[in-house]
Amino acid sequence: MQAATMNPSTASSGQSPSASMAAIARRQKRQDQIFHRVTQAFSLLVLLALAGIIISLFINAWPSFAKFGAHFLWYVEWDIVKGEFGAAIAIVGTVISAGLAMLIAVPLAFGIALFLTETCPVWLRRPLGVAIELLAAVPSIIYGMFGLFVFAPVFATYMQAPLQSVLGGMPLVGWLFGGAVNGLGIMAAGIILAFMVLPFIAAVMRDVFEITPPILRESAYGLGCTTWEVVRKVVLPYTQKGVIGGVMLGMGRALGETMAVTFVIGNANRLPTSLFSPGTSIASVLANEFGEAEGLHFNTLFALGFLLFIITFAVLALAKWMIVRAERSKGG
Amino acid sequence: MQSNSSALYASRKRANQIGLFLSMLAMVLGLAALLWILIVLFGNGLAALDWSIFVNDTPAPGSEGGGLRNAMVGSLMIVGLAVLVSTPVGILAGIYLTEYGDSSKTAEFTRFITDIMLSAPSIVLGLFVYAIAVATIGNFSGYAGSLALALIAVPVVMRTTENMMRLVPGSLREAAFALGAPRWKVTTMVTLRAARSGVITGLLLAVARISGETAPLLFTALNNQFFSTDMSSPMANLPVVIFQFAMSPYENWIRLAWAGALVITLTVLLLNILARVFFRDKTTG
Repeated sequence: MQAATMNPSTASSGQSPSASMAAIARRQKRQDQIFHRVTQAFSLLVLLALAGIIISLFINAWPSFAKFGAHFLWYVEWDIVKGEFGAAIAIVGTVISAGLAMLIAVPLAFGIALFLTETCPVWLRRPLGVAIELLAAVPSIIYGMFGLFVFAPVFATYMQAPLQSVLGGMPLVGWLFGGAVNGLGIMAAGIILAFMVLPFIAAVMRDVFEITPPILRESAYGLGCTTWEVVRKVVLPYTQKGVIGGVMLGMGRALGETMAVTFVIGNANRLPTSLFSPGTSIASVLANEFGEAEGLHFNTLFALGFLLFIITFAVLALAKWMIVRAERSKGG
Repeated sequence: MQSNSSALYASRKRANQIGLFLSMLAMVLGLAALLWILIVLFGNGLAALDWSIFVNDTPAPGSEGGGLRNAMVGSLMIVGLAVLVSTPVGILAGIYLTEYGDSSKTAEFTRFITDIMLSAPSIVLGLFVYAIAVATIGNFSGYAGSLALALIAVPVVMRTTENMMRLVPGSLREAAFALGAPRWKVTTMVTLRAARSGVITGLLLAVARISGETAPLLFTALNNQFFSTDMSSPMANLPVVIFQFAMSPYENWIRLAWAGALVITLTVLLLNILARVFFRDKTTG
């Protein structure tokens, strides 16, 4: 910076020491410009990667889009032999499993964030926070194995069977709990996903809860509010945008998760008829079928990947935008 | 009047107790999930873990015994190369965002996109690398696997580098500028050095993140039943071996999958804990 403020024209006239100083300043300025451009080039690699992903997926997906058109989105068919493909089955499975995960993870994350910021003794906050973060560090394939070998049998015996016998016969909601009781299916995938994304949502919620100005919280306590009321009626409305951002971030993760879902969703290429029935998601179709796909099937899998990328990109962009806005309004 | 307000007080108190109890229950559920996963992992993994898995290669279908040596070596090489590539890229890009990124719209956009790439579905990155590095060359390779993992690691390194360099006090930079140092020297020799432990934390977290990634390797590095250190051909790696073995009907394959799962999880959790300890020591000390 200081190289720029030194004026070379006055320095170069006359004495040699200042002339050499000017030469040094010029050299440093040139070095700085190179440094600036080099680091900039590396940061632009990210944008290049993004453009590359969108373009290459689209090019490979094009034959499929060209054949099926917009109809692809709601066409309920997945027949590899006849070469008839629609995205509806995978999209429905993806959205329902991620939606179930959100239904379970959001209240849990809220509880954890509340506990960590309000009720937890200070000396316990860090270790418990780290423990929840470690839940996020466990690789997704471990969640998948755990879900398949350990959770599914337990889920079938202690959750599915009782739920089916109690609620299965009820008139309006009974169909939700029909189907085979083997532990694998949309609901099991939703539960496993919930625990996978829980730490991400809880971390964002905790962070935005912590930036609530103490004076707001203290005033509410001063008026005689209980802890629950302070959090529900002061902290939560104040941090609304950040909380929604955290939820969307978790949703973006849940939509794109592959391994945890592939192990437990049941991998059936048909529309789910109940919460317990097996289904499939975009990511798990890709993981299962891409290896031996050829021709139109291959292009269609790229089309699914393209859709998944666009959907998660939109959700994550919205999440990021809400979190940035939340942080900015608190800073100002 | 009196009884009315005390009834109101009682109900508010009850709501508070229920709310706080439920929040504590959520915390307990979260911890129980972590504990349950770890117990299952240790229970099944330790039973399968012995010295032979480090010296034998993955067994053929139906054959007895076998180990995970080729998968472990493959994983180390693929992850190692990914880290070698993503470290300089991530750090230089992170420097740009910290030092030049405040006034430029492009930098702001780059930061936004980087945050999205942090959570982008890893299987789609696998598809992308398949399209540019496998389909064009004609065969699956360890290099393609490394490229896919590097795509995941770069945003992690980039954002932690930026965050950590921002924590360096401005007075330190100004002191170096006052001595007449050019910007690139101030950045690399003062700011980056001061933020070193934070940047290393970011690297450790990036390694932890990519060590367990399975989806991007499925279509890139693929798998290899035999020991190989040739990165231009398909390579065995722990996550994909675990995936294939866990889904298989063979009992000893499933046993090996558990052993591999334990090895991976221990590595990842240790790296995470190490990253935290390392950063905390350096910042408080």
